[in-house]
Amino acid sequence: MGEEWEPNIICIACNWCTYQAADMAGSLRYSYPPTVKIVRVPCSGRVEPEFVVEALINGADGVIIGGCHPGDCHYKEGNYKALRRFKMLKKLLTELGVEPERVRLEWISGSEGLKFAEVMTEFDATIRKLGPFKR
Amino acid sequence: MAEEEPRIGVYICHCGENIAGAVNIEEVKKFAEKLPNVVLVRDYLFMCSNPGQELIKQDIREGKINRVVVAACTPRTHEPIFRRALEDAGLNKYFFEMANIRDQDSWAHWHEKEKATEKAKQIIAAAVAKARLLEPLEDRYVDLTQKVLVVGGGIAGIFAALDIANAGYKVYLVERNPSIGGNMAKLDKTFPTNDCSSCILTPLMVEVANHPNIELLTYSEVEDVEGTVGNFKVKVRKKQTWVDWDLCTGCGACTNVCPPKARVPDEFNEGLSKRGAIYIQFPQAVPKKAVVDIDACIKCAGREFGTEPRKTKDGKPILAPCEKVCPTGAADRTKPRNPEGEVVELDVGAIILATGYKVMDKKHFKEFSPDSPNVITAMQMERLISSTGPTEGKLIVPSDIPKYLEWKKKVEKGEQVELDARKPHRIVYVSCVGSRDDRFHSYCSRVCCMYMVKQAMLLKEKYPDLDIYIFFIDVRTPGKDFDEYYMRARRLGIKVIKGKVGGVQRLPDERLWVRGYDAELGKPVELIADLVVLATAIEPSDGTFELARKLGITCGEEGFLKERHTKLYPVDTMTEGVFIAGCAQGPKDIPDSVAQAKAAAASAMSLLAPGKMKVEALVSEVDKEKCSGCGICVPLCPYGAISMVNYNGKMRADINPALCKGCGVCAAACPSKAIKLHGFTFEQVLAQVRTLAKRGVVEVL
Repeated sequence: MGEEWEPNIICIACNWCTYQAADMAGSLRYSYPPTVKIVRVPCSGRVEPEFVVEALINGADGVIIGGCHPGDCHYKEGNYKALRRFKMLKKLLTELGVEPERVRLEWISGSEGLKFAEVMTEFDATIRKLGPFKR
Repeated sequence: MAEEEPRIGVYICHCGENIAGAVNIEEVKKFAEKLPNVVLVRDYLFMCSNPGQELIKQDIREGKINRVVVAACTPRTHEPIFRRALEDAGLNKYFFEMANIRDQDSWAHWHEKEKATEKAKQIIAAAVAKARLLEPLEDRYVDLTQKVLVVGGGIAGIFAALDIANAGYKVYLVERNPSIGGNMAKLDKTFPTNDCSSCILTPLMVEVANHPNIELLTYSEVEDVEGTVGNFKVKVRKKQTWVDWDLCTGCGACTNVCPPKARVPDEFNEGLSKRGAIYIQFPQAVPKKAVVDIDACIKCAGREFGTEPRKTKDGKPILAPCEKVCPTGAADRTKPRNPEGEVVELDVGAIILATGYKVMDKKHFKEFSPDSPNVITAMQMERLISSTGPTEGKLIVPSDIPKYLEWKKKVEKGEQVELDARKPHRIVYVSCVGSRDDRFHSYCSRVCCMYMVKQAMLLKEKYPDLDIYIFFIDVRTPGKDFDEYYMRARRLGIKVIKGKVGGVQRLPDERLWVRGYDAELGKPVELIADLVVLATAIEPSDGTFELARKLGITCGEEGFLKERHTKLYPVDTMTEGVFIAGCAQGPKDIPDSVAQAKAAAASAMSLLAPGKMKVEALVSEVDKEKCSGCGICVPLCPYGAISMVNYNGKMRADINPALCKGCGVCAAACPSKAIKLHGFTFEQVLAQVRTLAKRGVVEVL
């Protein structure tokens, strides 16, 4: 580790928006840090808090969840459920001493390839500033 | 079937150079060979090609593998292809997982080859981790409603409706205006053959109206959409027309008597003239029926709708002029009418959105003096030169249209008067107004170059003395027969200047001072023009975004409906069973709109033709032994698919697989982990997350 340290970032992405945006970022050659790796789920509402906690416990330095913009959920309202769960999770993690910036929820639509790349670049920079997550 | 130990085959695609150019395939291969349960790793130039798929099939048939991981492009386009290969080889198609090492790796990290290789390994490890936990699933079948809804009655909607109806399917065509025809009905002639727009459009409109398989719902809008592919339930609001359409014959008597105070800018003439509050959209309207614009109606004779008329002293009813003149009683105001109109419910299997475009208003372009009546949009120019336009096609400057209308009135009364209206001598066209402009839209509106050339050509042929200038950034004429058309225009003496117009100033005599730059001469140019025509950008029609939301499809940054895939699925959307056609998807000309409409029609029909379709087994299921019966999941389900049932004397949650869409909201919320979302189970997603967290180390439990 030490100087060699590279952040390890997991993006849990909704199939209908953020996952598509990530594909688009690739096809338009918008680059973003390769530290970001994507897990595909059908909806941000599918994301269980355990996924985020387990990611952090097992070595991730940052976790970002990508869902559809409010009102755009493919399953009507899964993103609202994700938002509520996320707020609670963030509170809990903060109380446990995890820097709140390590977890993030973003609305990135399927046409926002550029936004995906920008958000991931920015998130990577945030995590770099925070340094490795101390378990 | 006894539980077999997973034997995973990993297939790494080079995608030509697309993956192999950034990812070291050999290194990844060596890495993948060491992953748990992986029994073989192969690589190939194009895994999705026939020989590529054959590699997988052969390994399955020879019993070497019983799980497949393909490391290639995105599952959004290629998962179905590989699943079919598994099925063909006799393996359950859900024993498949894809590792996206192109779109989400090699392409994005092209210049960081080592890191891209490292990331590819981790992505493949995560896919293998998930593949170890995959389960066989069975698809379900649903019946498909053999009816199609087409939204938008422009040229795209008309063609889509006709093609589908001709194939024997029932079609509902919903149009929000009183008549179908769309923007094309406003055009005078059409490029590149200069045939008259009405002459080719009107017969099609009539065909739609008379088609036994088409139910036309004009003056109607889609209010709500429920359901999914094959079985949509659509609520359509038929707006209140305030005229009895069963009785209206479209004679137009009412429209002539509507008083001046109730007259408002005529949308069909792009505001160049006025129409009455009671009006027929345009002379060739289909259906040709009158409607009352209730906001414009001044309620003549104090006649509110749904009231009895006041009486004169001798007991005669005092009627509004329109109802007095109506020969059939269609405009009768006695009958009470619901201002909200009526909502009808339609069951359809597929939906085609052909909601079209609007042209940008000139008001946004202050530098071109939009307050001058003689600065007009190209669509207004279409109306000005059209024989159904405000001047019956007589070319005069728009500031003199009121004079023309006065003159016409006098002539109709039999007076012998000369028309005192100025004819333009010099017309200047300005291209890319709002398109290819950082302040407004980055895109090219695609049709402007051609319609400017067309209008200039039509004018020059009719009035050879006219002096016509066209300012272009560059001339874009890439369609079939388009450049020949452009050259024909050049030969007529139309002056084309490469350069931008910086400003247009209104002069006291209503002429215009145009200042631009000639990029070829490298010099500024100044012209005094009688008429300036702005080729304003094409934008998605109002309400496109709201409609897209109702259907769960997205709009691109510029507001046009987004297709599933730019090249491969140009008329499909992210919502299965919903297709798009015409300018709703992006600016395009008539030939392209028609081609797309026919493509959308064919896609909708090929979806519905089998009568039933396979539905992926990726739905949620309750383990009733684990369920505690808390009921938290029941109200969470957006589809009402979960209910509480009696299970061995206890209340337990139960999910109806026919209603479940597989979002997994319930699975994520279940405190007992009793709900499993097939295809994205807790264990499967967790395995992926953990593997990525451990930078590619797959845990073996």
